[in-house]
Amino acid sequence: MRFLRQTLTVAAKDLRSELRTKEALNASLSFALVILLLFSFAFDPTADTTREISGGLLWLVFAFAGALILNRSFARELENDCLDALIASPVPGPALFLGKALANYVLLLGIEVVCLPVFGVFYNVHVAGQPLWLALVLLLASWGVSVVGTLFSALTVNLRLRELMLPMLVYPMLIPCLMAAMQLTTPLLAGQPLQGDLLAWMRMLIGFDIIFTSLALVLIDTVLIG
Amino acid sequence: MRERILYGLGAVAAALLVRNIWKLLTGLPDEAFQGAIFRIIFFHVPAAFTSFTCFLCALIAGIAYLKSKNLKWDSFGVSVTEVGLAFGAANLISGMIWARIIWGIWWTWDWRLTSMLICWLLYAGYLVLRRAIEEPTERARLSAVMSILSFSVVPFVFFSIKWFRTQHPQPVLFGDGKMDTGYRVMLYSNWIPLLMFAAILVAVRMMQERRQREIDALRRAAHAF
Repeated sequence: MRFLRQTLTVAAKDLRSELRTKEALNASLSFALVILLLFSFAFDPTADTTREISGGLLWLVFAFAGALILNRSFARELENDCLDALIASPVPGPALFLGKALANYVLLLGIEVVCLPVFGVFYNVHVAGQPLWLALVLLLASWGVSVVGTLFSALTVNLRLRELMLPMLVYPMLIPCLMAAMQLTTPLLAGQPLQGDLLAWMRMLIGFDIIFTSLALVLIDTVLIG
Repeated sequence: MRERILYGLGAVAAALLVRNIWKLLTGLPDEAFQGAIFRIIFFHVPAAFTSFTCFLCALIAGIAYLKSKNLKWDSFGVSVTEVGLAFGAANLISGMIWARIIWGIWWTWDWRLTSMLICWLLYAGYLVLRRAIEEPTERARLSAVMSILSFSVVPFVFFSIKWFRTQHPQPVLFGDGKMDTGYRVMLYSNWIPLLMFAAILVAVRMMQERRQREIDALRRAAHAF
């Protein structure tokens, strides 16, 4: 119970400071929109072939935009030695980590909710064909991105070239998660229900979330304290 | 003394390799469908085995470092990862040469090829991470974490990509691939010298790491003085 309260306190603190300054949120959102715009030059945005790669496009946008949020997650705490204060506080490492992951999760979902209709309008895709399934995929895959990303945000916070290292290390780690999300999102955007092989991708997404959440909780003390 | 053992091991590995190549070129008949190029498999597959053995060792080294905080495990970890990457590259490149002859293309986005490439990129990330950290114990700690995480992604990669269609020949180990006994014996007996070479490279690399640590310690002592 105490653990849960500490987690929520950290998450609320992160969300509050982000919503007041909006530094990562604005950057990430405008970055996502710029990428959506750039994609339209890469191929004909209204062609039927675009539908076949819509899931992939969408998750590339989310992954790029997410990296900006994740970068700030721990870097924000460097000023005035806030990170040391957080580590020295009675909040255990896993609670600190989960709180930060939760805050990133909410921000990432926010960006996704904004980008999705924009994507639908620009690329002539009916995004609400299978709203419940799509929401489930977004929730599961975003959690995978947040957990792995927050762990690497902690891991790279003291490094030189931090902004460069995070995406370089995180994207290969996220390949299974993003791959499953892309495979699932494409048919959902085309309005098809999930069945057969696609359910196996869903299982993999759940497995990824469970395994990496537990791994992160086990390793976070080593990463933060040593 | 240790270097003598390494020289000895190297000589044995080289002798075995020469014998194997001689047998490959003169003793074994051409495969019925593929012709002479088929012999690349005797290096392609053992290189993959060797690289995965190395990555498994890197996982063990990572866990052992976090348990013991002994920097020797860290130098073992970086050594096996580097050697594993080298053998992984040998596997990828020899496969590409084979594909160019048999399939007519250098690369195809097939699950076995893609999964090996992802695996290679993950461990390359480990080496990039190391270069960005100055302090030895912090470097050891974070790269041990990275090694553990990388290894936990590998099963996902292999598992997930398996649902795609593949044009890669079926694996001979734990798979449906069929192989003549003579070829199979050759495959395993070529794995032994490659594994020996890997062990030598790891040992040499570890000696370098040890000397690096000694030099760093001397430098610190000189500064303190």
